[in-house]
Amino acid sequence: MKSSQILPHILKKTVDEDPDRIAIHLIGADGDEALSFHDLLHRSGGYARAFEHAGIQRGEVVVIILEHGADLLQAFIGGILMGAIPSIMPFLTEKLSPQRYRESLSALIAITKPVAILTYPAFIEEVHAALREGDSVRVVLDSSAVAQDDVLAIETMAGFDSKPEDIVFLQHSSGTTGLQKGVALSHRAVINQIAAYAEALQMTSVDTVVSWLPLYHDMGLITGFIMPLLLRSPLVLMSPFAWMRAPYKLFQAVSKYGGTLTWLPNFAYNYCARKIRDRDLVDVDLSTWRAVINCSEPMRWASQQMFLERFAPYGLKPQALATCYAMAENVFAVTQGGINSPANVDEIDLLALQEEGRAVPAQGGAPSRLMLSAGTPIPETELRVLDEQHKHLPERIIGEIALQSNCMLNGYFNRTDLEKEAFHDGWYLTGDLGYLAEGQLYVSGRKKEMIIVGGKNIYPQDLEQIAADVEGVHPGRVVAFGIFNEQSGTEDVVVVAETDSENEDERRRIAGEIRLQVNKGTDIALRYVQVVDRMWLLKTSSGKIARNANREKYIAMVQN
Amino acid sequence: MKRSTDLDREGSLGKSMKEKIKQFIVTEILKDPQRALADDEALISSGLIDSFSLVDLALYIEDTFGVRVEDTDLSAAVFDTISELITFIEKSK
Repeated sequence: MKSSQILPHILKKTVDEDPDRIAIHLIGADGDEALSFHDLLHRSGGYARAFEHAGIQRGEVVVIILEHGADLLQAFIGGILMGAIPSIMPFLTEKLSPQRYRESLSALIAITKPVAILTYPAFIEEVHAALREGDSVRVVLDSSAVAQDDVLAIETMAGFDSKPEDIVFLQHSSGTTGLQKGVALSHRAVINQIAAYAEALQMTSVDTVVSWLPLYHDMGLITGFIMPLLLRSPLVLMSPFAWMRAPYKLFQAVSKYGGTLTWLPNFAYNYCARKIRDRDLVDVDLSTWRAVINCSEPMRWASQQMFLERFAPYGLKPQALATCYAMAENVFAVTQGGINSPANVDEIDLLALQEEGRAVPAQGGAPSRLMLSAGTPIPETELRVLDEQHKHLPERIIGEIALQSNCMLNGYFNRTDLEKEAFHDGWYLTGDLGYLAEGQLYVSGRKKEMIIVGGKNIYPQDLEQIAADVEGVHPGRVVAFGIFNEQSGTEDVVVVAETDSENEDERRRIAGEIRLQVNKGTDIALRYVQVVDRMWLLKTSSGKIARNANREKYIAMVQN
Repeated sequence: MKRSTDLDREGSLGKSMKEKIKQFIVTEILKDPQRALADDEALISSGLIDSFSLVDLALYIEDTFGVRVEDTDLSAAVFDTISELITFIEKSK
């Protein structure tokens, strides 16, 4: 792949040269379906034609609201083929409140200004309910009315003349806040990332990727769709909902298809190790798995060990455990570890880390923390660790991780206001904290007040907004944060809210209502809800609720 | 593995099963042991039990009551309340 190319050129070359090659094995409830490049692209071509017929022009945004499956993949590719900018919005789930979902969709529309929304016939009414007089949406398209393109002529479609610097798609993180911040990626950035990352992974068309990751998240979209597609590596794809209920299906799929590569968020290591029965692993052979890559939330050595111990009897090799640090703003991967040699484990002094921000190798019996290396930068990506004044810090000093690469975002779509604070002197400021040692990156924490649950980024302000609307909560006096849970391998989400009421029953009602409303309004479940007295919450000097300080206060309270 | 064959009478078995399940849910999943749980309260469709915890509940039921819970059973269409869950377990025995 060359950076002078665009995605439609690569896809055309693939379908011309190797039409019968299997692109995707879809694992469904009623059995597996194999899609060749010929089938996949003909159906995608149908979507491209439907978008053209609807009057969508090159460079206009199309929001796709479909469930995880063939239609979603084909509609996304169809958008790219005709030069539109596809963006995936998560589908409404059973438990989500339609009203909150509508608010999220309206938030996305307000900033991203899509001209079209594609969804199922049954969902069209719901989409209309989120539209406002005078907004950008010209058409709501019915996915069931899209026919396959009989004569696939990719070269006649508007996207074939796109420029490498043109935006190819948008990536969002979840929640109202995340949906207002679309990462705009160019053909060039995507192709550069995949070329560099494939080199780091030594990934080729002989690899088989097995994934259950959702496609509205960068890890799923890139590693569990776009990257294998462009490299012609077969992709075995199952739905995140199916995996969550039956995690063993991932292992059966690796065994059945000879899977070589899988990306997982840290919690999945704990989840799989603890919740799969032996009876569901009979005859499973994991010896083909050459890399199981831990990414998208804080990585723990203990989680990987737990996973290895559980699955080694089924052929999982210790050298398959790999690590990665990624950012949607860099398309995906920033670093990769554990491919040629095991990811380093750095045992550092806990006091020096917590009190001085230094990563000093632990001596003797002093309290220590095991840090798992995220590896070294992928080709063409450069890393620095910066202090508060954005000065370059030496190795083993904790600071903000910053990066430069040939695959950075074009910008935040229609949000140039966010770009100024995201960059300093040409370096993208990740908001994550960490240190470098012998060229390896170790991520130690986070400057940004983000909660990461099961690999998903959650903005605390979205949860606080919902909780603040609950009757009995003192206006504006609520805070949300995450606390890492060693057992589950991810963060537990906590909400602390102030009330004027001293009645125990009333406080219990408020806690229950906050839990219920957050459950219905977001795709996460709260683990702890604490209703506290007035003036419990700490504020910053500028009068804002101080999330980190309140987090510390809460931890101290529950520990006593 | 513990099997619930220690209870002889249907009535006490039913009551005990319900109490055990409720206790597991409020203590292990909701982390709020004082919380009251109504027999007809929606657990899954309301999001009270999230998908992470649903598998925990299934494993607990398998280990405690000696029935098998398939992944296709983990849906609000099969059971959404404590009462429905008890019926499901009784039928699966």
